[in-house]
Amino acid sequence: MKFRSAFDIIGPVMIGPSSSHTAGAARIGRVARTLFGRKPQKAMIYLYGSFAETYKGHGTDLAIVGGLLDFDTFDERIPMSLQLAKEANMEVEFFVESTVTDHPNTVRIRLFDEDKELELVGISIGGGTIEITELNSFKLKLSGENPAILVVHNDQFGVISAVTTVMAKNKINISHMEVSRKEKGKMAMMVIEVDQKIDEKILNELEELPNVTQIIKMVE
Amino acid sequence: MKNMMFRSVAELVELAESKQVKIAEVMIQQEIEVTGLSREEILSKMDRNLTVMEEAVERGLKGVVSVSGLTGGDAVLLQKYINSGKSLGGNLLLDAVSKAMATNEVNAAMGTICATPTAGSAGVVPGTLFAVKEKLNPTRMEMIEFLFTAAAFGFVVANNASISGAAGGCQAEVGSASGMAAAAIVELAGGTPSQCAEAMAITLKNMLGLVCDPVAGLVEVPCVKRNAMGASNAITAADMALAGIKSRIPCDEVIHSMYLIGQTMPTALRETAKGGLAATPTGKRLEAEIFGRKESVEPGAQKSLLLHLLPKE
Repeated sequence: MKFRSAFDIIGPVMIGPSSSHTAGAARIGRVARTLFGRKPQKAMIYLYGSFAETYKGHGTDLAIVGGLLDFDTFDERIPMSLQLAKEANMEVEFFVESTVTDHPNTVRIRLFDEDKELELVGISIGGGTIEITELNSFKLKLSGENPAILVVHNDQFGVISAVTTVMAKNKINISHMEVSRKEKGKMAMMVIEVDQKIDEKILNELEELPNVTQIIKMVE
Repeated sequence: MKNMMFRSVAELVELAESKQVKIAEVMIQQEIEVTGLSREEILSKMDRNLTVMEEAVERGLKGVVSVSGLTGGDAVLLQKYINSGKSLGGNLLLDAVSKAMATNEVNAAMGTICATPTAGSAGVVPGTLFAVKEKLNPTRMEMIEFLFTAAAFGFVVANNASISGAAGGCQAEVGSASGMAAAAIVELAGGTPSQCAEAMAITLKNMLGLVCDPVAGLVEVPCVKRNAMGASNAITAADMALAGIKSRIPCDEVIHSMYLIGQTMPTALRETAKGGLAATPTGKRLEAEIFGRKESVEPGAQKSLLLHLLPKE
């Protein structure tokens, strides 16, 4: 089930006018910001489908940039985000695409600074609920039914076993797992779906493992 | 209370009836199970959402104007009309309509609202709740339960069909919201879980096929007035269900047919602003006026245009 909580239905508290095109867009932007880890110097934003057709009326552009500035869905600075991005020296460029995507509300976000680059694809599936479907050209297949985390790590032997050992020690059962990398020895990722809620303590423990760069909660 | 998980309206009703609890309670139990949060945390989270809804209606009833100038002020007009004592449709019904519009007018003005289940359909659930409140005098806890009951029905629609206008048209947004509201009204008024399901089915049946055709792509025309009609539809269906009227087509089948209709709906009628009312001569003229004006001003000027509409506090 894609919607898991009563608050996916009654919520989020947000700045109008659209849950999918404003709140969902802000959330995708904010996930991109979190994954990037800091304020990017440059953002290239590609809008598809209904996002491309109606972004102006829905403030989708303002919302995505608001998310990139780390604003929540109810942050009253969202309507001013383009100006605030300029003041924060964050260069923003929008591209309206005509390619037909699987989901009508799709956005591709590319973030850059001097020594870092990130690219993700997010979809806004209704009521402010989002899914990240692609990260740095890795396709993410999350059922959304179970809690899930993303582990970004160096492509070294023993990292997968170290991560799963921490899970086992904390009695967390893995229901689905994917591992992928772009180039041998470079950045790699694990997407792990589990049966139990993973608390902060375990996330911190995972983050301290050698060769693990970042842990991100994908589904609560 | 274990195993309070449901996927369909039939399962939801069965759980509530077999355990002899309200639908709201089934939703709260499922929330505890899924999130691992305590009952108190979950209730206080919903209490905060309720407060946001109250503030939005209050703000809308004072009168707001949207960024584009297309909507605003209709909630106030209707309140004045109700107070004149000349209304034909009944004061409770029109109060719900006015309060539903109030929320959507605030939403269109980029104000703070709580999506129920979406922002474009955020008026119906609070509008009907605050109107029915005047007659039934619910406690704060009962109002919170109203929202959990609405959530339970919305949860089934979201997982089995859609609550996105881009995916399923307006039937998925205002249709879902109205069905959720109808079910929650029935429970608040003391109806049974199966009467809640009947109310949802009757409401949604009358919203099937409704397209999403926002003028200029803005969540304003016809969204504000669709919320108005959604609210009145919900109250009528709730009364029908409470009177003992049943839907010949079971609620889950209505939801499934809404999903299939959404799938066959052309893209032009699913939140792309390319068909329906958006494609009328007036719709196109409004679009040209709004975006023509926006593009002719400096980027900084748009900021001030938006700024003066934000809450002053």
